[in-house]
Amino acid sequence: MTNAVIPSPSKPWESSLEDKRRTFFLLVLSLLVSSVLVKFWVFNGKLGFAIAFFISSQIIFVSNSYRKLGAPAAKDSLLKGFALMGITLTLIPIISIISTVVIKGYKGLHPTLLFKDMALASVNDPIANGGLLHALVGTVIMVSGALLISFPIGVLTALYLTEIKGKFSRPIKFLVQAMSGVPSIVAGLFILSSLVYPITKQLSGLMGSFALSILMIPTIARTAEEMLRLIPNDLREAGVALGSTQWKTVSSVVLPAAKSGLVTAVILGVARIIGETAPLLLVSGGGDSLNLNPTQGAMGSLPYYIWKAFLTGGTDEAFARAWGGMLVLLIFIFILFGLARFLSRSKVN
Amino acid sequence: MAITKNAEIGVPKPREITTQPRRSDQIFRAVVTIGGMASLAILGLIALFLSIKGLHILQEEKFGFITESNWEVITDADGNVAQKNFGIAAMLVGTFICAFIAVIVGVPIAVLSAIYLTFYASGKIKNFLVSLIDLMAAFPSLLFGFWGFFVFMSSAEYWAKLLNKYLGFIPIFKVPAPIFERSPFIAGLVLAIMIIPIVTSISREVFAQTPLDRIQAAYALGASKFAMIKAVVIPYGRGGVIGGAMLGLGRAMGETVAVYTVLNVVYQINWQVLFGAGGNVASLILLKFGEAGPYEVDALMAAGLVLFLLTLIVNATADVLVSKFGGKGK
Repeated sequence: MTNAVIPSPSKPWESSLEDKRRTFFLLVLSLLVSSVLVKFWVFNGKLGFAIAFFISSQIIFVSNSYRKLGAPAAKDSLLKGFALMGITLTLIPIISIISTVVIKGYKGLHPTLLFKDMALASVNDPIANGGLLHALVGTVIMVSGALLISFPIGVLTALYLTEIKGKFSRPIKFLVQAMSGVPSIVAGLFILSSLVYPITKQLSGLMGSFALSILMIPTIARTAEEMLRLIPNDLREAGVALGSTQWKTVSSVVLPAAKSGLVTAVILGVARIIGETAPLLLVSGGGDSLNLNPTQGAMGSLPYYIWKAFLTGGTDEAFARAWGGMLVLLIFIFILFGLARFLSRSKVN
Repeated sequence: MAITKNAEIGVPKPREITTQPRRSDQIFRAVVTIGGMASLAILGLIALFLSIKGLHILQEEKFGFITESNWEVITDADGNVAQKNFGIAAMLVGTFICAFIAVIVGVPIAVLSAIYLTFYASGKIKNFLVSLIDLMAAFPSLLFGFWGFFVFMSSAEYWAKLLNKYLGFIPIFKVPAPIFERSPFIAGLVLAIMIIPIVTSISREVFAQTPLDRIQAAYALGASKFAMIKAVVIPYGRGGVIGGAMLGLGRAMGETVAVYTVLNVVYQINWQVLFGAGGNVASLILLKFGEAGPYEVDALMAAGLVLFLLTLIVNATADVLVSKFGGKGK
């Protein structure tokens, strides 16, 4: 009848251009105030500037909200300021750690790094001598050994918690939690006291695998449990309704459906132990030459390589070597994490 | 027709209806249950073997093992133990000091970041930050230790000097000599940085589970974000956050490599957190293990047993707290 005007959609909750301009202005103002404070008052240095900036911006933003919307808005703005401070303080070390490793580590990289071991080189030699082949191989062997032990145990624990739901579910959940809190050095001492001293009487890569698996089992068990819980109950009920037994349901419906989740559990477990140092210092011996036999003789590992270069070196070459090893380790962790992210994303889609 | 056919085949017997699981299921359930008991078995074995090696030390030293601070073993020419005295009080105190500093500094920062991530950040920034913090949780302690030693130490030393200058009248901030390097304070800060990602991700998960209807009810009643968080999120998530903090405490108490690298391990009880001397049971084990004879190794096993029981107690407390407070307001 009449010309109906179709209103264009508006988003009144979003901050308008004016709000953004005001926020920017207030930020500049608090920067100015804090630099004045640093220049003319007790605050000095980077820390002083950070504190002055935090205090002045809090005061400015809080009073601005108070002027506009009263006390509740002022409190709201205060919490937002603190939350921003919290996330900033969390991010600073992460960025600092990653940049330190990259900046200091790339000097320790060398084209032949991955093809030589340290049998004929000392940590203080030029970077071109020696490499971390033995450490890489040792880490791969020990981590895969640990994985072979922990994966079945971790998955069985998760299955007990999600499929059987027996009367021990609660205590076992607690025990898995408690196990994830076992200090890594205690895991090393345990392997020493239970296997090395009474039985094998020598340090070897296999012992390292055992010690690492103690730290790995809880991570795998907890992640696998979470992943199995994500499998909808309908699938289990459908399996049982079609007449299959619980074993058939679990083995041909639940576990295949949770496959990518279980891979994620493995990856997170590997990421948890790949840089573990303390137990390896106690039980793996820590060799400098390539050793492919996990049951005999000392076996090197990336963390041990880094540890040795830092502690026994002292020259620039030793530090470059250590940071280089750290960079390799960090790259491994990055790759593992990227894989885990990718898998969990593809599962959701 | 049908009747005759039925008569030919014979009326099928009714199927036996039973709740008894099949043989395959019985085996499956037995295997899974045994696998599920593995964590119990492993924890039990850890306690058992550490006790076998370490218990005689505890019996000889009695309570002195946790109340005295000596670590001496003197062997005669034949390698027999002539004199020994073990007590880990200094290291226990050091463990608690470092872990408490870590929790006091780390937990508020972690909870605030979790609040930011859950209620303020959105979209891609949130995903990126969450991945970054989860990644940091997987950094090896070795990395934190050496970063703490080579990069963080100088800043932290400066902060320690400031604390000493302005708050030096408080006894724990006094120092007997102006040595601020490698102090429990700095080790505690490094541990705080280590536990922040762990506590953040636990708190974030807890906050994310707050029932949406309650959040929206609070907004509908006119609450600001602050009022909503105070009235809905904090009461709901308190237990989980406390549990996360206790897990962080357990992690900080058991940390070996980072503390060994950053802290100057000295065998004395040191309450002055800014002074560069301290210790931690785990780093003691690492420090003494290299040169330890068989008898001393037994004493280290006893120290490990004490550490193991301590972390077990902390974890049990965390569990009780979470189940007591957790999920309130559901």
